[in-house]
Amino acid sequence: MHEPAATPAWVLLAYLVAGVCFILALRGLSSPESSRRGNFTGMVGMAIAVATTLAVHHVASLMEIAGAILIGGGIGLVTARKIQMTAMPQLVAAFHSLVGMAAVLVGAAAFLNPEAFGIAVRITPIYGPSIVSILPVSRIEMGLGVAIGAITFSGSVIAFLKLNGNMSGKPILLPLRHIINLGTLAAILGLIGYFTQDQAPWVFATITALSFIIGFLLIIPIGGADMPVVISMLNSYSGWAAAAMGFTLHNSAMIITGALVGSSGAILSYIMCRAMNRSFISVIAGGFGAVASGGDSAAIDRPYKRGSAEDAAFLMKQAEQVIIVPGYGMAVAQAQHAVREMADLLKKEGVRVKYAIHPVAGRMPGHMNVLLAEANVPYDEVFELEDINSEFAQSDVAYVIGANDVTNPAAKSDKSSPIYGMPVLDVEKARTCLFVKRSMGGVGYAGIDNELFYRDNTMMLLGDAKKMTEEIVKALG
Amino acid sequence: MDFISILSIFVLACFVGYYVVWSVTPALHTPLMSVTNAISSVIVVGALIAAAAGGSPSSKWLGLAAVALASVNIFGGFAVTQRMLSMYKKKERSAPQGDKTHA
Repeated sequence: MHEPAATPAWVLLAYLVAGVCFILALRGLSSPESSRRGNFTGMVGMAIAVATTLAVHHVASLMEIAGAILIGGGIGLVTARKIQMTAMPQLVAAFHSLVGMAAVLVGAAAFLNPEAFGIAVRITPIYGPSIVSILPVSRIEMGLGVAIGAITFSGSVIAFLKLNGNMSGKPILLPLRHIINLGTLAAILGLIGYFTQDQAPWVFATITALSFIIGFLLIIPIGGADMPVVISMLNSYSGWAAAAMGFTLHNSAMIITGALVGSSGAILSYIMCRAMNRSFISVIAGGFGAVASGGDSAAIDRPYKRGSAEDAAFLMKQAEQVIIVPGYGMAVAQAQHAVREMADLLKKEGVRVKYAIHPVAGRMPGHMNVLLAEANVPYDEVFELEDINSEFAQSDVAYVIGANDVTNPAAKSDKSSPIYGMPVLDVEKARTCLFVKRSMGGVGYAGIDNELFYRDNTMMLLGDAKKMTEEIVKALG
Repeated sequence: MDFISILSIFVLACFVGYYVVWSVTPALHTPLMSVTNAISSVIVVGALIAAAAGGSPSSKWLGLAAVALASVNIFGGFAVTQRMLSMYKKKERSAPQGDKTHA
């Protein structure tokens, strides 16, 4: 008989301290100055949690554990050092999938050896061998944890493949997908309910398998441009998975962390949805952008003004203030360093340079800020939409590089536009808008034409974002 | 700990999370995601318990695998966050020094 042993008070306190460290880690991110200390506090919290766990459990396999940590830690460190900043969305998706998988594995381990986790009672009947019965509450928590973990895993794998370009960013729409998805979700919940009555391995295995499938099904219909929402949502799921496991293990560090991460992801999803003026449900339902690059050739023949790098350099050199508007295209072209060089030269000419970031520019929240930081752009020159939007009217040049839909004035005026109501950057209010774009043919992710291209004060700079910027740098120098 | 006290911790932590995350500056949303990633790997605690316990070899190996996966995340997550955060700089006051981040 092995009753769930009472945990010593110092252990509970240590986990609580770890949880508080994690809160402080996030708190540190309120400003770049405090953020590094915050990150360090997070590491301390993790060390406390790991050390406490190892100290209170009789460790039968220290060498193996050390080996697992070394292998995993090594891979993690090398990846973290080598990864390009433009690939950050993929990396985060990959990391989410690992949290999800770890949750599934821990759940499975707890299912196979519940006594080690103190979540089972041993019942010895008068006849026959004794049975290890998992506590009903723990079964629900375990079922939920494994289900959320599995969804996080397979969903993140799909998100990774889409972000990494191994899979088309186009939404894949299955017929009857809403019915299939809802049916599968209902089946998972039903099985978790049934799990409390019958702890047979098949129930556990089916819950896990169905959850893997639903994670896959949930993400495939979502288009590449909705990835900022998806990746935040998966972030949130990985938190809830950790929280569910924390409930199973009665571990406050895991519960606090799970709640923090869960709310963090949820808030980021909300911010991203708001920045696209879309409801969370409509993003999750997927399919946005499915009709992109359809027959919208009617607008292509409209007249527009085309300029060269020299024209752009001349205009910017004369300017008092230039606002640079980066988007996903800048990341794809790896143009952030060239942009910084251009800004440096302009500053030498006495031009004030600022950067305007739309919340959904790029493929994950804050994507552009990281790229600009990588290119050594001081963060106090970088502004969010609401802080800078009023300044376009007093600016001489708006330099739009790799952004499209987030500048489309149709969002303000055209009620029939799919992006109507989305907050956009008022680049057309600048005296001149320089718009860097690969060619006139392509459309943004919303699959619509941009009114901006044909305005009198817009000059199109057609070409690769990086090359065009480098040419401007040459013309300035 | 009984279920109600655990639930209380959870609910209160959700509120703490809500307010703390809203205070994060949008410029640091990407590091926020990578650091939340790292800390959600506190699930390693569960993995360690499984890996440390005797009794069930399959459970032990599942635990070890989970320890390895979570370690990728812990080390990778904190390191990449650190790398990103070290790039955020204020306007240079004097001549720009060669402060490159190792790419």
